[in-house]
Amino acid sequence: MSDTKVSQPSNLSRRSLLKAGLAAGAVAGSAGAARAAGDPLITEIQDWNRYLGEGVQARPYGTPSEFEAGVVRRDVEWLTASTESSINFTPLHELDGIITPNGLCFERHHGGIAEINPADHRLMINGLVDTPLVFTMEDLKRFPRENRVYFLECAANSGMEWRGSQLNGCQFTHGMVHCVMYTGVPLKLILEEAGIKTSAKWVMPEGADASAMTRSIPMDKALDDCLVAFKMNGEALRPEQGYPLRLVVPGWEGNMWVKWLRRIEVGDEPWHQREETSKYTDLLETGKARRFTWVMDPKSVVTSPSPQAPVTHGKGPLVISGVAWSGNGRITRVDVSIDGGRNWKTARLDGPSLSKALHRFYLDIDWDGSDLLIQSRAMDENGYYQPTKNELRAARGENSIYHNNGIQTWHVKADGTVENVEVS
Amino acid sequence: TREGGGLGRAATEDEVAAWDIDIRPDGQGLPAGSGTVADGEVLYTDNCAVCHGDFGEGVGRWPVLAGGHDTLTDERPEKTIGSYWPYLSTVYDYVRRAMPYGNARSLSDDDVYAITAYLLYLNDVVDDEEFELSNENFVEIRLPNEENFIADDRPEEEHYATKGDPCMSDCKADAVEITMRARILDVTPGSVDDDDAS
Repeated sequence: MSDTKVSQPSNLSRRSLLKAGLAAGAVAGSAGAARAAGDPLITEIQDWNRYLGEGVQARPYGTPSEFEAGVVRRDVEWLTASTESSINFTPLHELDGIITPNGLCFERHHGGIAEINPADHRLMINGLVDTPLVFTMEDLKRFPRENRVYFLECAANSGMEWRGSQLNGCQFTHGMVHCVMYTGVPLKLILEEAGIKTSAKWVMPEGADASAMTRSIPMDKALDDCLVAFKMNGEALRPEQGYPLRLVVPGWEGNMWVKWLRRIEVGDEPWHQREETSKYTDLLETGKARRFTWVMDPKSVVTSPSPQAPVTHGKGPLVISGVAWSGNGRITRVDVSIDGGRNWKTARLDGPSLSKALHRFYLDIDWDGSDLLIQSRAMDENGYYQPTKNELRAARGENSIYHNNGIQTWHVKADGTVENVEVS
Repeated sequence: TREGGGLGRAATEDEVAAWDIDIRPDGQGLPAGSGTVADGEVLYTDNCAVCHGDFGEGVGRWPVLAGGHDTLTDERPEKTIGSYWPYLSTVYDYVRRAMPYGNARSLSDDDVYAITAYLLYLNDVVDDEEFELSNENFVEIRLPNEENFIADDRPEEEHYATKGDPCMSDCKADAVEITMRARILDVTPGSVDDDDAS
């Protein structure tokens, strides 16, 4: 498994090819002999140390090293009927820190990726406003801006795991989340430009794509922290993330973050659109269904070790790394267990701790090579801590589809391989 | 507060009409028009049945539109317009804005009334092939599951209502047992098992 992550460079010189067999032999041979002669990667001059590399303009828009070619979004074909209304997954197991690279942010479309020339894009504000307005992208870039880091989690993240362990890897079980810095205009400023009538209680964003995505959002949220964003991580939104314009709804389910945003209607009642009736409603065991389950509750996952990131280095120091997030605000604490939840240690949060953003945690342990059942449990500033999957099932049954924030267990075996499991 | 302002321009009536096509449960937004079950059957067969099946039963993994009555407490509920959706307005709105998949906005307002009427027929909400749905009688139609949607009451769930420090040591009386494994299902693309397969 570990071998698959290290591909050979494609531009090996003849000299290094001639030497490759020797070097490989030395590395693969007895450690003692290799040490005696010295590591040829050190004792012999390497190509990259001798020959010039590519010049400055060889890569006008840089891409990751070819040795990172496996760090990509992946999909699960059997999950949906068509790729244009489907999802793929962020490779969480390969990432660190709290910011997701733009090219790796998971995608969720309902009508494929709309390709829109920003010069052709319009944003309309209508409904219960003094003056219905139309903005161009140029207009929107003249409003005062904000920069904010937020996670975006699909309501269905971990949804395939309601009945038990199904997909083997945190990319697949938890990868419908990303976290970037958005640059945009507070929705409040745009609504105020049109003038909100006193009877206005709701807004409804609408997308310009073939699904014409619509959701009802209460006015309090719209005026609080929603952004109309045109940049992510400093550059323009990617087409698959709504270029040229998307709504940012901090802490709330990803479906509401309408991409290719073209219209915001203001009204006095919710619209009960397809995406808040048929979809994004949570069926309970009683046959009743919750609607308007907007907030994404506290959640965490250990990203390494995990099924796609096995332990390859044997016993000794082991970094347990993971992410935690909550739609209720900041993460105040993450506890980690290595014995399936019998005992817990409080992990170390590292990096910025921002409201409604990913938080990175670490627990550094000395692995004795025995089986581990690793779990993480997030707490947020609202005082909520992350429930177990069994607690969630006891409250909701198994058919909610959305909002599964239950504690994940990874079984680390003596050989370092890792599996998605459920425990008693 | 911001000084100045004056960005954007007033939207024209035609512009608002072109984009603002949403319908609310109280009928706000419904266009004038009508369509019968019989008309809807023809339109549905031509435009919808290839994915959703002749009777709304769904082809392959495409959505099931009809049936599933009284299955919401089953182990595998079938959530359709008739068994699950609360409002007819959503049917009209969604079909008009986003269907047929791959050719959205291609149906006339009367077409959408007719298809909506046919979907009511497939779901046994109306049983008369001569039934005509229009903007006049639209809000009289109620779907069976309207009353079964409740507000978000997650904060009342025991694990959230009970705030305070969680258990840190000796939290489980018995030894922890593995009760389920993903690898047994083996449905993960590019999984460890796939890579190791000879």
